[in-house]
Amino acid sequence: MDMQVAKKKLGLKEKYQVMTRDLDWTPTYQKMEDIYPYVQYEGIKIHDWDRWEDPFRLTMDAYWKYQAEKEKKLYAIIDAYAQNNGHLNVTDARYINTVKLFLTGVSPLEYMAHRGFAHVGRAFPGPGPRVACLMQSLDEMRHFQTQVHAISNYNKYYNGFHDFRKWHDRVWYLSVPKSFFDDAITAGPFEFIVAIGFSFEYVLTNLLFVPFVSGAAYNGDMGTMAYGFSAQSDEARHMTLGLEVIKFILEQDPANLPIVQRWIDKWTWRGYRVLTLVAMMMDYMLPKRTMSWKEAWEIYFEENGGALFRDLARYGIRMPKCAETIAFEKDHLSHQAWCTFYNYTAATAFHTWLPNEDEMQWLSAKYPDSFDKYYRPRFDFWREQAAKGNRFYNTTLPMLCQTCQVPLFFTEPGDPTKICYRETDYKGMKYHFCSDHCKEIFEHEPEKYVQAWLPVHQIYQGNCFPEGTDPTAEGFDPLKAVLQWYNIIHGRDNLDFEGSEDQRNFAAWRAQATRNV
Amino acid sequence: MQIDLRTVTIKPLRQTFDHIARYLGTDKPVSRYLEGSLGIQPKDVFHYRPTWDPEHEIFDVRRTKIRMKDWDALKDPRQFYYGAYTSARARQQDTAEANFDFVESRGLVETLPEDVRQAAVALLVPLRHVAWGANMNNAAVCAYAYGGMTAQAAIYQSMDQLGIAQYLTRIGLLLGDVESLAAGKQAWTNDPVWQPLRRYVEDSFVVKDPFELHTVQNLVLDGLLYPLVYDTIIDQIFAARGGAAIAMLTQFMTQWSAETRKWVDATMKAIVAESEENRTVVQDWVDAWLPRAKEALLPVAAIAVSEQAPALLDEVMEGFAQRLAKIGLSA
Ligand SMILES: [Fe+2]
Ligand SMILES: [Fe+2]
Repeated sequence: MDMQVAKKKLGLKEKYQVMTRDLDWTPTYQKMEDIYPYVQYEGIKIHDWDRWEDPFRLTMDAYWKYQAEKEKKLYAIIDAYAQNNGHLNVTDARYINTVKLFLTGVSPLEYMAHRGFAHVGRAFPGPGPRVACLMQSLDEMRHFQTQVHAISNYNKYYNGFHDFRKWHDRVWYLSVPKSFFDDAITAGPFEFIVAIGFSFEYVLTNLLFVPFVSGAAYNGDMGTMAYGFSAQSDEARHMTLGLEVIKFILEQDPANLPIVQRWIDKWTWRGYRVLTLVAMMMDYMLPKRTMSWKEAWEIYFEENGGALFRDLARYGIRMPKCAETIAFEKDHLSHQAWCTFYNYTAATAFHTWLPNEDEMQWLSAKYPDSFDKYYRPRFDFWREQAAKGNRFYNTTLPMLCQTCQVPLFFTEPGDPTKICYRETDYKGMKYHFCSDHCKEIFEHEPEKYVQAWLPVHQIYQGNCFPEGTDPTAEGFDPLKAVLQWYNIIHGRDNLDFEGSEDQRNFAAWRAQATRNV
Repeated sequence: MQIDLRTVTIKPLRQTFDHIARYLGTDKPVSRYLEGSLGIQPKDVFHYRPTWDPEHEIFDVRRTKIRMKDWDALKDPRQFYYGAYTSARARQQDTAEANFDFVESRGLVETLPEDVRQAAVALLVPLRHVAWGANMNNAAVCAYAYGGMTAQAAIYQSMDQLGIAQYLTRIGLLLGDVESLAAGKQAWTNDPVWQPLRRYVEDSFVVKDPFELHTVQNLVLDGLLYPLVYDTIIDQIFAARGGAAIAMLTQFMTQWSAETRKWVDATMKAIVAESEENRTVVQDWVDAWLPRAKEALLPVAAIAVSEQAPALLDEVMEGFAQRLAKIGLSA
């Protein structure tokens, strides 16, 4: 048979096209707008989905093969780490609090990414982006589960992990990452993918995952390092998707530019506010520091991000507006955050502590313009108080920003001694913000942000006590009731690291494991 | 810093996470499947309503007519978490690869009777588009179904269907060429033989209830399509007509449908067993879609087996009716 001779050889690109977008067809029994009802209302104009350039070419058979190999290696490390009590190898038990922050603050976002990418993958009429988005949805399931499985072993031995799913939904500071992702997934599909695919995965990922993963490597946490590195190879795909999305949308129609620019402005800021938790993790929670938050911001955002935005200038995109504010805050962010958490640690599911003298010297060196002047005196004072037995716990509730939900502790741009307050009136109600950027985000979509489930408001409204609680009863202790509703176990999950059960257990177990018999 | 640790036995404070212990009523170590799947979807405290669906919360039981006391009851008997899923598929793709190699390296395509080769191309190539539709529908089930158990299995199902569409594409290229793909697409969009099936698929794209979609796609359509095309036409009829090589190329689909059926049946059974109301809802869906699926598949079967098609489809229907009966439904 001469069929073989006549066969046209397909190039790699063509081959991938017949494996993906050629599967699609133009429907005639149902209208496009009924099959894809969510792609019009944001105002993004797409004229030709075929102009989509596949950011990577991976057919499912190859995907299964590579991913299964990665999983096999990863779980071998996770198992060995658990069997050998690898957790006793970390620098000191304070480090474990960064893993708590990760599981409670970040892993649930991986889950939301799984659902969100399934949603936008289904919503886009373009088969190219659909395939890339659905593959990411599948990857995000991996990230969520490998994190849960790896951290499960920490949960067996340490406090502050045991109810992460509930905490992520309920606890005041975790509403910062939660509302961030809820904001993205409730936006239209184009905004979601600009928010998560581009602003978060492409622009900010090096400021989120890299600090955790390299922090783990520096502090002897092979388990976290393993799932972190293993996820990085998926991230590489996700980043190219994020970048292609921006280019594709901008090339389709000039009218898309102002919409996309506004999203980049908004989501860089939203993402940056979430990174507040990472900043304090880097500067205060890692016993062995990798680099300061400020250095990380300068390298990953100002340098790398700067180059990216110069590259995007040909589409008319400029640097996000908030970059100036962030540049000012970089000398203060981590310190203000840690001071706040030090104060409110009676209501956190992780421990806080005062930096020791070595650590304060490191902070002075890394932050010559701010640490000694503004923050060292606070730590000195708290240390004196603690030595007298007055470890200070703030049991009042802070005011939260209506948009980012971080307590109002950030200072005025240009004046690190004055807390920044902004407010606006909407339909007869007053709303409060941490910054001009959060206020602007609210004012653009007030109907959305008035819905925010603000943990502090909810507590005041009586929605955060166990069922059957009577707040009018004699001797009612609201903090105690809230902690019960959170299922944060007072005296185990919260309070200072000094004197904690984690500290005692780790010391005893490590002594046992290093003692000669 | 790496210290030498002696292996010591230290007593854990707890065995698993609280949401799992609460669900099981006891704190004990659980499988990776359960630890990575139980209670993973947020249930309350949603900050904003979707701008794309302001009537509902981000995850909302009211997107479906099905009612469940416990959405995590819709477990996957295959116990697929991501690691188990990819490892199962990696093994299957290994076999598929070996099968493709075997067929290609021995020139088995050239030994196929020409009528069988042509019938296989005409039958299988347009099915790429059906699988692509199933990929889309399961993406919707993943995005909009309530409960992490269902959403998780649905993304696996979705990507499996993409994989199947890609295997079918390779089969089209192997038994034919690029023009066969174009001709198959032409038949899919224009040939009257394929129009009832295309209408079924396109109509399913606008089904909003994720569990109706699960029924329409994974139970009804695939419940007839896979036994008809892969188990019967390819594995039996083509094989008997000298086309055993084709069965090697579709082995993935045969095994896959036998395996995923376990998930589909377990979820449908749990839904139907939950209440008489659920049973009625699902039965209505089956009543509405099953006759259409049967009607749509008749001309498709005829491509391969011409006048035998009605008898063959009746046989498949009989098997499917038994399957429905086990779930608690009727044909
Ligand atoms: Fe991820
Ligand atoms: Fe804010």
